[in-house]
Amino acid sequence: MSALPARHVTVRTRAFSARVDLRTAAVLGLLAVLTLALLTAHVALGETKIPPLDVLKTLVGAGDPGTDFVVNELRLPRALVAVLAGAALGIAGLIFQDVARNPLVSPDIIGITGGASLAAVSVVVFTSWGGAATLPGAALAGGLLTGLLLYALAWRGGVQGYRLVLVGIGVAAALNACVSYVLTKGEIINVSEAWIWLVGSLNGRTWDHVWPVAIALVVLVPAAFALGRQLEALKLGDELARGLGVSVERSRLALLTVAIVLTSVSVAATGALAFVAFVAAHIGRRLVPGASSSAALPVAALCGGLIVLAADLAGREVFGSTDLPAGLLTATLAAPYFLFLLKRPSRR
Amino acid sequence: MSATAQPASTTTSAAAKPRRVALLTSTRTRTLGLLAGLALLVVLMGLSLAIGSLRIPLADVIDAFTDRQDTDEHTIVRELRVPRTLLGLLVGVGLGASGALMQGLTRNPLAEPGILGINAGASLAVVLAILVLDITTPSAYVWFALAGAGLTWVAVYALGTSGRQGASPTTLALAGAVMAALLVALTSAILTFDTQTLAQFRYWNVGSIAGRQTEVVWTIAPFIVVGFALALLAGRWLNALALGDDVAKALGQRIGLVRAGVAVAFILLAGAAVAAAGPILFVGLAVPHMARALVGTDYRWIVPFSGVIGACFLLAGDVLGRVLTSPAELEVGVVTAALGAPFFIWLVRRRNLPQL
Repeated sequence: MSALPARHVTVRTRAFSARVDLRTAAVLGLLAVLTLALLTAHVALGETKIPPLDVLKTLVGAGDPGTDFVVNELRLPRALVAVLAGAALGIAGLIFQDVARNPLVSPDIIGITGGASLAAVSVVVFTSWGGAATLPGAALAGGLLTGLLLYALAWRGGVQGYRLVLVGIGVAAALNACVSYVLTKGEIINVSEAWIWLVGSLNGRTWDHVWPVAIALVVLVPAAFALGRQLEALKLGDELARGLGVSVERSRLALLTVAIVLTSVSVAATGALAFVAFVAAHIGRRLVPGASSSAALPVAALCGGLIVLAADLAGREVFGSTDLPAGLLTATLAAPYFLFLLKRPSRR
Repeated sequence: MSATAQPASTTTSAAAKPRRVALLTSTRTRTLGLLAGLALLVVLMGLSLAIGSLRIPLADVIDAFTDRQDTDEHTIVRELRVPRTLLGLLVGVGLGASGALMQGLTRNPLAEPGILGINAGASLAVVLAILVLDITTPSAYVWFALAGAGLTWVAVYALGTSGRQGASPTTLALAGAVMAALLVALTSAILTFDTQTLAQFRYWNVGSIAGRQTEVVWTIAPFIVVGFALALLAGRWLNALALGDDVAKALGQRIGLVRAGVAVAFILLAGAAVAAAGPILFVGLAVPHMARALVGTDYRWIVPFSGVIGACFLLAGDVLGRVLTSPAELEVGVVTAALGAPFFIWLVRRRNLPQL
């Protein structure tokens, strides 16, 4: 893995200079190509197979109407939701882990996913308005409210990472218990629907699901980059970060807001996809060892997108006519990663 | 030491001595604290026998044992509430102590009894029992859940010790994550496509000690008793491990053996608890932190305190669940998490918890 020597080039103009790490650039390029390839495969494969060239033709608006409908209305939005939601989770996972300074932290562990789940599951089980618009709305509101609650509860003259994690697991436990409770109360038909949401699925996702995630990413990814230096400092601990001149509480609030919004938006679009944030952040960091946080962010984002895209594609194609929810596959895909960690030769 | 120690007045002592993070610092106050916990446990057991959709006066409860007649009250106490109370005691001890063991072994404050894939294994076994054998009574799940948890643990341990590092906390946790990921995916897949199984499974999944037969108590009691005895011995080992592997080795600990011992105690406690009650998520996670707030970082005290606090916590949650929505009942898994979490958060906010 670390065969590539750490080399970098410096890009300079009159007003701007940036050091570009060659390895990070190579990894990013490779992941981007992989994502594009998988995206094409995702759109090309299905009940009616569309040759990749026709896919390209349709994307630029030169395809026949039938193909156009399948590509632009059915498959492309679903594939885009997968990539974008996965990317959002990857970024959020990385930020949560660095801010809390604990590699086990992920949005599921500190309750953001639980809040979104409780809202969504309650809507499905107790009301009749579990439609395509209200369900993501409820999940989004649930996730954001939980984030607010979490921050307020963890605040005590500042939000120390250790306390944030402990408060978070308390919040998560309460919310998850409520989810289990709600599942015992409803009609089994609704409970079954809620269950699929809890597993996480991309079935039937449309452009309506794409836009919120896309807008959140467009706004928040630059914000995350702008905060990269602060994130790097926070990793060293509050005191050192303060010593480096970082306004600790303000940076942490900004970073947590970014992560919470990205998680909520993505969970609202897909349901609770297990392990994605956790694994994407880990793999991302491992692909560019020693890189700065701002370099690791896009890598983790692409990893997240790839994981969800691959999971959805596999769930749709590998098991014949049975369409497995992507969440089942993300859980299954996480296992080999853990196994890899387990089997890699010990070092450091 | 007795002249200055004022353990009861927490607010003043915490303000005056901000550096002291634990509440009970001397052997004497800790022993007294443990005895107070045991007394509280006895009171809660009494309440658990007396309170329910039918309130039974304490005198009648005592009569049910000393002067048993065939009245409804006596039958309810003996046949329903005694097994339920004993089960609450055992499950609480199991969850609290196993949580302390895992947090000590992995040196991570997020570790909890489900971490080695135990809950995932038990869940899959129960799902298969429902799916294949059409079993729908919680008492009958016990052996399946025990077997599922036990087999998963054996697989996790084998996987975790097969690398060249041996059974380090990290490899064990990773092996647990591998198994949990696979088992959860499998369980979810079954439940996604089989609504009938989901219809049954959701009642086990919420975590409850209601409606279990007396045999369940006798089934899990030996596991909990042996596991807890081993856990009490393990306190000393965990103290050594907390200093890091090298120091522990230098202190003459045989690391591999110590870890295996802790792991055995853990599976006995956590496996029996999940088998009897289903996955109760919060108790094993929060209780060791409460114990740590009381006694600091010494595992010789954290483990017994965790056991006692766990049992108190679980019984209190179960009794509350019978009162809150009377005449209906809230499952203990919901109560402990939904009401225990605010308490836990209050605790986390109030003190500077000793970090691991």
